[in-house]
Order: sequence, then structure tokens, then C-alpha cells
Amino acid sequence: MKHTPTHARLLYLLCFINFLYLLGPANAAPQSQPPTAYAITHAKIFTLAGNTIEDGTLIIRDGKIAAVGAGLDIPSGAQVIDAKGLQVYPGIFDSITQMGLREIGAVSATVDSTETGNYNPDVVAATAVSPSSEHIPVTRAAGITEVLAVPGSGGFDSGGSSNVIGGQASAIHMAGWAIEEMLIKKSAAMVLNWPEIETQTFDFATFSRKEKPYSDAKQEYDKQVNEIADWLERARHYAQAMEKGSGAKYDRDLKLEALAPVVRGELPLLVFADRSREIRNAVEFCDKQRLRMILAGGSEAYKVKDLLRSKNIPVILRPSLSLPPDEDDPYDRMLSQPAELAAAGVKFALASFDNSFARRLGQNAANAVAYGLPYEEALKAVTIYPARIFGIDDQVGTLEQGKLANLLVTNGDPLELTTDVKYLFIRGQLTSMDNRHLRLYEKYSKRPKSAR
Amino acid sequence: MKSSCTFAAIVKKFQILYLLYFLYLPLAVSAAPPDAPSVVVIQNATILTVSHGTIERGSILIKDGKIAEVGQTVNAPKDAQVIDAAGQFVIPGIIDCHSHIAAESINEGSVSVSSMVNMTEILNPDDIDIYRDLAGGVTSANILHGSANSIGGQTLVIKLRWGQPAAKLPFEGALPGIKFALGENVKRSNFSIPGQPKRYPATRMGVEETIRGAFIEARDYKKAWEDFDKRSAAGGKNLIAPRRDLRLEPLVEVLEGKRYVHSHCYREDEILMLLRVAKEFGFKVRTFQHVLEGYKVADELAAAGVGASTFSDWWAYKVEAYDAIPYNAALMTRRGVVVSINSDSAEEATHLNQEAAKSMKFGGLSHDEALKMVTLNPAMQLGIDKRVGTIDVGKDADLAIYNHDPLSAYAVVQKTIIDGRVYFDRQRDIAERSEREKEKKALIDKLKKSAEKKPEDKKPDATAPSGQKPAEKKPEVKKPEEKKPGEKPKPPQSTAAGPAAADVCSGGAL
Repeated sequence: MKHTPTHARLLYLLCFINFLYLLGPANAAPQSQPPTAYAITHAKIFTLAGNTIEDGTLIIRDGKIAAVGAGLDIPSGAQVIDAKGLQVYPGIFDSITQMGLREIGAVSATVDSTETGNYNPDVVAATAVSPSSEHIPVTRAAGITEVLAVPGSGGFDSGGSSNVIGGQASAIHMAGWAIEEMLIKKSAAMVLNWPEIETQTFDFATFSRKEKPYSDAKQEYDKQVNEIADWLERARHYAQAMEKGSGAKYDRDLKLEALAPVVRGELPLLVFADRSREIRNAVEFCDKQRLRMILAGGSEAYKVKDLLRSKNIPVILRPSLSLPPDEDDPYDRMLSQPAELAAAGVKFALASFDNSFARRLGQNAANAVAYGLPYEEALKAVTIYPARIFGIDDQVGTLEQGKLANLLVTNGDPLELTTDVKYLFIRGQLTSMDNRHLRLYEKYSKRPKSAR
Repeated sequence: MKSSCTFAAIVKKFQILYLLYFLYLPLAVSAAPPDAPSVVVIQNATILTVSHGTIERGSILIKDGKIAEVGQTVNAPKDAQVIDAAGQFVIPGIIDCHSHIAAESINEGSVSVSSMVNMTEILNPDDIDIYRDLAGGVTSANILHGSANSIGGQTLVIKLRWGQPAAKLPFEGALPGIKFALGENVKRSNFSIPGQPKRYPATRMGVEETIRGAFIEARDYKKAWEDFDKRSAAGGKNLIAPRRDLRLEPLVEVLEGKRYVHSHCYREDEILMLLRVAKEFGFKVRTFQHVLEGYKVADELAAAGVGASTFSDWWAYKVEAYDAIPYNAALMTRRGVVVSINSDSAEEATHLNQEAAKSMKFGGLSHDEALKMVTLNPAMQLGIDKRVGTIDVGKDADLAIYNHDPLSAYAVVQKTIIDGRVYFDRQRDIAERSEREKEKKALIDKLKKSAEKKPEDKKPDATAPSGQKPAEKKPEVKKPEEKKPGEKPKPPQSTAAGPAAADVCSGGAL
């Protein structure tokens, strides 16, 4: 059958579009075909591993950084990205989010971040991370290449209640067709919401504030702490029974099984606490129980900085852009805390503690710099420091040979508000920066002038 | 708890609530209003005038709270108070077009038309968030009622004159406003309280009907008064005046153009709905607040001449915020809408300059256009642009001074000036901290001591025979009296710290 010229052109066009779809690495999102080799040339490379390379080359092969340095030979077949005038940084790691676990905060059907019940050590974030969440492309466009998806860490979407043991947090890449491709570390930490002595609470059932005497609140607190100790004690016995050759007979218990790596000191506890009193109590508890503790929140970490340093407990800090806990705190209390902790030698990372505000992580780090944190410390607090804290620094966090190629090429300081990410690599693949927001913007930019 | 009108704000507030122990110690930041020098000169500054470009190494002369001269050089008298701003940036004070600070309560949520309530009556000049936002360069704010109602309470514009009484906060001469709200909050989609019946309206259809119904009443009410006035003027006798209706009076003011409508909204359809209703009754919507889908109907907004006051990059906290995009401000601006970036949160207001800067990244606005989003544009939206919003001769000396370009995340506010007075000074704040710490410690020590006494009080009371009571009590009363002057020379300020402070003391001992 004979086509008219128009048909032929259309067919040709369709074929061409198809062809682009199959081959164009920048157009398609994460890809399943074997990774390609890339060479990023003439860039200023911030390796965060000691040296900054002025006119540098970074070679990516098979998902990893094959080489980084000045004047490197470009392997044949590598796609070259001339990054003259641009800068290369390790990808940003947001180490507390509910990424993939929560789509629309107010719609419970889209929220999988907090399980019901108080003790859920056996639930794992990776199980419920939705790889097609719109939050993922939106967030990675801000240069965030990996996150920790944290379950059970409280917040409004959990109906106001946070469990005591929230489950296992998973470190994931911000690209992938399925969770298996996204996983960096399925179980990176066990979430523990440290109990608070609360004399004033908000009752969601009646939507009103409740007050109780201190002695009652303290009693409830002690009860909860005892419960935690009891769970750990049982987990210890269980872990002993599980050991090969123990000869012990036991019924399988998924919760205790999940806690076994915690009591063995293999899996860190991510302990959410903000007030200095709770932090001190949690540190003392974990010390006595010989558990690996990572503090999360830490609004008053500065009050216990010597303790945190001496016990070598790292902190994942709440956003610097937060109001101080008390009205008589200095107005910039949260903004200046990172600088104070850095000066005191406390290890810390900065995180968003959120999804839709995850893209503000760089802004938060920059604000910490404005209030005294050395710039390089701020960069490290959103890259290599959290990677070390969660034990994935062998894979991400700096630009070093052998690490995964999770990195960004920018036209400036990645923490500054107006900087654009020009290229984004996740697992060595050039990853699309298309996202819901960009699509809507482009669609409505093209709306013809309204007839009205 | 102060609940502001968006879900995200509530989420943010709750996160803060988790941290709060409600420490009612006296405010540590000095709350006395600053001096009002008659002549001030700011020198050597990079002045971002917003109206007529940037002046490098320029000066601003302030006389009696007004800008008297702006330029490379000014004629400053010798006795002028000098602020050397070498290397620093001066911008017009930031104007927050959507705020809930300085208010004792936010929502009269029991009815869907609560136009009878007025934010002016519940201003709280001691709200620490006034100071915090001042420290973020904010000089004026639109204090809005919440969004629980189709037609909410009456609103006002304030200046952040920290240390002044409530009566000194309102922005003199600014037209009052009224809050309207559309969509999920009014429908109570995300706010059902167990055991309480659903309130009408529960759909966007009902929201329109509620607003139309209220304005039909208001129109009749207006006519009844006009008829009465007419007859009265014609010398009519034995006339009975219509009964005053406090709910309808502000709506009549809306019909007469004497009160601005600030309407909370999200979705494109509800935005157009309110424009139709406004046309039907012959009033103007002054601003759409949030207006996160404004970019979808930007032409309609521009044609109606209505302002849009939006967030920089909030999204996904509820369904009607799922199509929110950070390009909203830029896209609406390109289509001719006057756009401002607002906070709706005491925290967000501390960095509105940064939020405005995002419109350069998302949508490519110029530096000037971005800065207007938090200065001139909100001033225009609130009808106060003859007084504030730019650095021009004759305007109020409301200014913010930064150490860097204010559209950078590295910029820190150094001074905030209102009516020519320095209401916030970073160096002074820092310098006073150790003194405040001392004062706080002294107060806590005192409370601890009195808390330690209490059990001593009770124990003998409970065990000892009643006859011994008076003998024991006498010396105990004396003790604190003796200690007070020894601890602190100044008479201690009164404190509301009762049981809460006792909790803190016991907690500190843990």
C-alpha cells in the first residue's frame, strides 16, 4: 500500500521518537540496560576526600567511579560531558525522610510510614517504598541521590502517635524501576522513639490538650523505658538460642529475630530524642545496654555536646530552619547549633526529616554555614558524614575510585538557592531530572492566552 | 495551641509541639521598645531600592521615622545617629502577606460564616514570634483569621513593633480585611473530630452556596440601612432603625470596597468560582492566598486584577496541594499577576527573602522581580504601597539590613528598622545573651529552691500534730524573703511558672 508523503513523514517521525526513547539516556529515567561509560571533563571536582581538583576529569564505568583526577585519559566509547565552568560534587544524602512511604500527608491511603502498635522491630521501610512516588524525581532534581527511608518516626501522618520501636530504616538510591535496584542497605538502622516525660499531651481522639501531674508522667515514662529494656533482654535470650550449636528449642518470633542484630551491636539504634534530659537518658541507656546509638532530632544536642562527643554518638540534626524549642532560647538557636556541635567535635549530619521539604536540605545546610558552620563541614554533613554514620561510606559520600557514581554536576554551590543541577548520576547512570513539577510548569506555560 | 490555616503549617506546628514543654519563664529578649531618634543616617550600604535600582555605597537619611533622602550622598546633620552598613545590603522591610503571629487564637471554626470575629481584638504583643520574624527582616504582616470557614474573621495589617503594646501594632491607615477560605479546610476534609457531626458545607458546591447566601443577606441588610438613612434624611418620623448585625456589617464593608477580601484557596476551579461570585455581587477579591494552582488560571487572575500570595515550594501535604509547583510564582508573574510569597508560619517568615529567591531558580525571574515578591508586591496587595515596600523618599523607614545579598541562603539579617527605630539588632541581641542566661539561671535556681521547700512543707504537716503547724511555718516564710535580696539585687520579675517550672526542675535533676 502506498503511503501519502504526510503518512510517511509521520511514520518516520514515530520511528525516530521510538528510537530516541530506546537510546536517549537523558530522556528515559533509570534504565535497565547495562551502564554506559562516561567521562566528565574540565570540571572543578569537589571530591570531599581531601582534595579539590581544579580542571579535573571523572571517569564512570559500570556504575562506579573508575577514576578521578587531572588530565586523565578518556576511555574509548565513553560519553564525554564537557563540564567547563561546572562543578562536580558527591550526591546529597538525606539521612532521614519518609521517601516512598508517604505520598500525600493528609490521605492515609497514601501513607505507609508508621505501623500501628508500639513495638514493630520487624517492619522494614524498603518493603513499602513506592519506586514511582512523585516525591522521588522532585527531590532528586535538587541533587539528592540517596536517602534513608525511615519508618515509625512519628509525625502528623501517623495520627499523632509514634511507636516506640518503629521498624528498620532502609538506605535507597533515588532512582530505580524496582526497590531491588534502589537498595543500598535494606536494614541500616532500627528506629527507637525515646519516650518523653510528657505532662502535656495532645489527645487526637478528642482534639484537645491534656495535662497530667509530673509524677504520673514520670511513672509512664519509667514503664516505657522498662518495656524497652525488657524487649532487649528477651531479644538477647533469643539471639543466644538462635546461635548455632546452642541446642535450644524455640518458637520463631519475627520481632525478637529482628532485634537480634541490635543486641549483638551489629545494627545501630536510630534514637529520636530532642530534649537534653531525654538525650542523656537515652545515651545512658544505650551505654548500659551496649547498643550502638545514633541520635535523631537533637534539638538540644548542644546542651549535652560533651557527653555526645565522649560517648562518640553521632547526631542526625533536625533542619536548621526550625524555631527554637523554648521561647526564651536565642532566636537563632537552631541555626547556630551545627556550628557549635562542630566546634565541640560532635559528629553530625543534617537531614530534612520530611518528604516534600527534602529538597530544602541544601538550603538548611547553607543556613548553618551562615551561622558559623565551616562550609566544607556543611557539605560533608549532607554527604560523607551521614554515609559514615549509616555504614554506607564504602559506597557513597565522596568522589573516590571504586565508589558508586552518585554525583551531581552543577553550575555553582549545591547548597545555594539559585544553583541548578545540570547532570545527575545515580549508580553511574545519567538520570533524568524531569519531574511532576517541571511537567506541570511546562504544560501550563504553554496554555494559550485565555479567551476571557 | 495556635493552629494556623494550612495543613502543612499544622504539621509543622505539631512537630514543634512535640518539643514544647510550655516553659512559661519571662521573655528573655528585652521587650522595651527602642529609642526613636529623630535623625538616622545609614551609610556605605548597597541599597536595593526595589523601585529604582541598586545604589552602591549609598546612604539613606531618615527623619522622624520617614525616609528623607536616598542616594550616593545625603545631607546628614551632624547630630544624626549613624549606622555604618559598609559591605551590607539594605532592602525595604519584608512584608508577610499571610501570618498568624501576635494572635491569641486563629480559628472561630464553629460556624462557616464567622465574619463577626476580629483579629484586632486578640492581638498579643508578647508573642515571641513577633521578635523571631523581626529578626528575619519582617516589618509588616497581614494577620489573618484561619481557614476553617467559607467566610472567616476580620483581619488587619500590623507592624512588628516589638515591645510596644497591642494598640501600637496595627498599621495605621491600612484597610482592614476579611478572610475567606475555599476547599478542603472549609469542607473539613482533614479535620473531622470524633463524635462531632459534619459541618455544612462539606463540598465545594456548598462553599459557593454559603458565600452567596451570606452576600444576599448582606445586600439586603445594606439596602435596609440605606432605606432607613434615606427616610431619615428626608425627615421621616417614628422610624425604626434596622437591628445591627455584626456578622453582616463587615460584608457590607466588602460590598462598599472598604474591606479587602483575602481568600485562602488551592484549586483552579474554586478560584474561578469565587471570581464569579464576586462579579455577581459587585465586590473585588483583593488577594488569593496560597493559590497553589494559580498558575493554571493565571490569565483569569490577571484579568480580574487580583493579587496572588503563595508559598515558595510547599506541596503534597494534602490532595489540593498535589499539583502545587515551585514555578507558581514565576508563571503567574509572567502572565501579569502581582504575586507575593508569604509564610503562613512563624518559622517560614524568618527566611522569606530566601523563599523569594527560589523564584529565580524555578521560573527564571530576575533578582528585582524576586525581591518584589516580599516587598513591593505584598505592599500593593495590602494597599500600603504608598507607605512601604520600596526605599523612596517620603516612605516609612521600614528597612532590613543583611550582611550579604538577601537573595542568598548565606545572608543574615543584621538590623531591622521600623519607623526609623532599630527594633532588631543582631549584635545587640548576641551581646545581651550572657546577661539573659544569668537572669534565667537565677530564676530557675530560685524556683528549684522553692520547689525543694514544698515537700519539706508538706512532710511535717502530714506527720506532725496540728498544734505544731504555726511554729514551723513562720521560719519557712522568712527564709525565701531573706534569700531573695542576697541572690539578686534587682527585684525579680513576676513569673507565671508554677507547676511547669517545677517539672523542669525535677527533670533537670533526672
